[in-house]
Amino acid sequence: MLPVDWLEERSGLIGGLRYFLFRKVPRETNWFHTLGSATLTAFLVQLITGVILAMYYKPDPKTAYSSIQHITNDLTLGWLVRGMHRWGASVFIILLFLHMGRVFLFGAYKYPRELNWLVGVLLLTMALGEGFTGYLLPWDQTAYWATVVGININANAPIAGPFIANILRGGNEIGPDTLARFYSIHMLLIPGGLIGLITLHLYLVIRLGITPPPWTRAAEGYAAEEPVPMRRGLVEPRPRGNGNGAVVRRGLPTVPRRPES
Amino acid sequence: MADDVGPHGDDPREHEEPQLPSPTIWPFGFAAGITLVLVGLIVGWPIVAVGAGFSVIFGFLWIRDATRGVRRLPAEPPEEAAAPAPAAPEGPLRYGRARFLEGATLGLGGLIGAAITVPVVGFSIAPAFVGQKTEDVDLGPLSNFPEGQFQVTTFDSARSEGAVSRRTAFVRYNGMLQQVPSFTIISNRCAHLGCPVQPQGPMDEKSKKTVENGAVDLIPTSPSGFGCPCHGGAYDIEGNRIQGPPVRALDRYEYSIRSNRLILGKRYSVAHVTGTGANAKVQAYPRADPGQHVDGWEAWLYPLIPH
Repeated sequence: MLPVDWLEERSGLIGGLRYFLFRKVPRETNWFHTLGSATLTAFLVQLITGVILAMYYKPDPKTAYSSIQHITNDLTLGWLVRGMHRWGASVFIILLFLHMGRVFLFGAYKYPRELNWLVGVLLLTMALGEGFTGYLLPWDQTAYWATVVGININANAPIAGPFIANILRGGNEIGPDTLARFYSIHMLLIPGGLIGLITLHLYLVIRLGITPPPWTRAAEGYAAEEPVPMRRGLVEPRPRGNGNGAVVRRGLPTVPRRPES
Repeated sequence: MADDVGPHGDDPREHEEPQLPSPTIWPFGFAAGITLVLVGLIVGWPIVAVGAGFSVIFGFLWIRDATRGVRRLPAEPPEEAAAPAPAAPEGPLRYGRARFLEGATLGLGGLIGAAITVPVVGFSIAPAFVGQKTEDVDLGPLSNFPEGQFQVTTFDSARSEGAVSRRTAFVRYNGMLQQVPSFTIISNRCAHLGCPVQPQGPMDEKSKKTVENGAVDLIPTSPSGFGCPCHGGAYDIEGNRIQGPPVRALDRYEYSIRSNRLILGKRYSVAHVTGTGANAKVQAYPRADPGQHVDGWEAWLYPLIPH
């Protein structure tokens, strides 16, 4: 494993990866805890299929609709990639809500994880923004009029509404700039923010640990038994001093220190 | 004598020595202001004014910073005497330099960041508000519009933008009013959320006329009112709301007659219309987006409308 050691010695990336993948989790984790990863997977599917669709899509009022027809009908497997992106969008949103419901019902938003809940709410808002901006891109009648209505709903917010509407449209009316604007927001602006916030979200999950389900002994404040290390990495994962290990309270996972060997 | 100058004896002597004013970043702003003034002498007077403003503000801040020790001298000695003596001689000096470099790095970084961000954000937002124009649209000769009948009139509101600027209005010739042709021109955009309202009555598709080299479509219709398919808003023949979620009457268009041709002008919003046809009295307001109240207390929710 020379290349791996070489990389590890110079970057510590392998140890970091092991720390991320083989970290300790409460004994009672169950399938509900996979909803976050499922949401992340749905996002990655959107990311990849979106990048591929962007190779063929033309964000111009004269060509947008025909380029989508071209993707769907002419290009090999274009129907599949477009379908994945179109239906995957719904899957992403549904999983987001299920994940949010799990976090709520397990009380996983409580101290010290409030910040991660807030980040999650921002992620939800931005995901809905992706849905809103992506809906216009097929540039058919449904897309156009749904966006007219959506922008006008924004315009009805008190005081700021008329300005939000103009910023979204790029002017007083939906025009040639609006489609390119939505495309840019859909594929550059919001995804960039999403990637950044997802990174923060995951960092906080790893730092604070996984919440055990509320019906378990661990959730009642009993310390977990000493877990047997699953696997020894090059860099041994250690609980951080001010992270999950130090704060022992009701409802928090306890990560015991590994016995010195 | 040497015994007297102990760790505690350093303090008084420290105060007798001339003290350097603590470093500040204000001179940078002051210098930038002077530079702007000089540039402005060549380029234009507004820049001179901005530069002078910068110089005055940053000059004031600089002087205030430089004279802080002098002005606060009476108040400070007791505070400094209370500070731990051994750390006093070297500590603050090193700290001051580090603070200066830290402040300079953050300040310059912030300035550079702002210099890049402001134009970029401005470019992404300003075009949505500045330079918004509406074109006048030629709907063709007055003879296209028989008296007393609505024509579903479809046209390009901006010729250079093509089909995306396609709009529809319901145009009715009301006959002459004081020797001037009178028209009722109602926008088809619902005053709820902007869906296209439909005439509640037969559309004579067979009599459809395309005039002005295909730029304008005319379909005669005899509606009893207008209805919106999206959320059930209903309007009477003058565009007044009858029922459903709309908050005001349908928008209308200004018009003018040039060389016996009907020219469509700006769109404006309408609170209510009393009377009909040529005798209608229209409560007109500047154009607002659908769903925004133009009268009543709810209009206070939208104090500024960027149209």
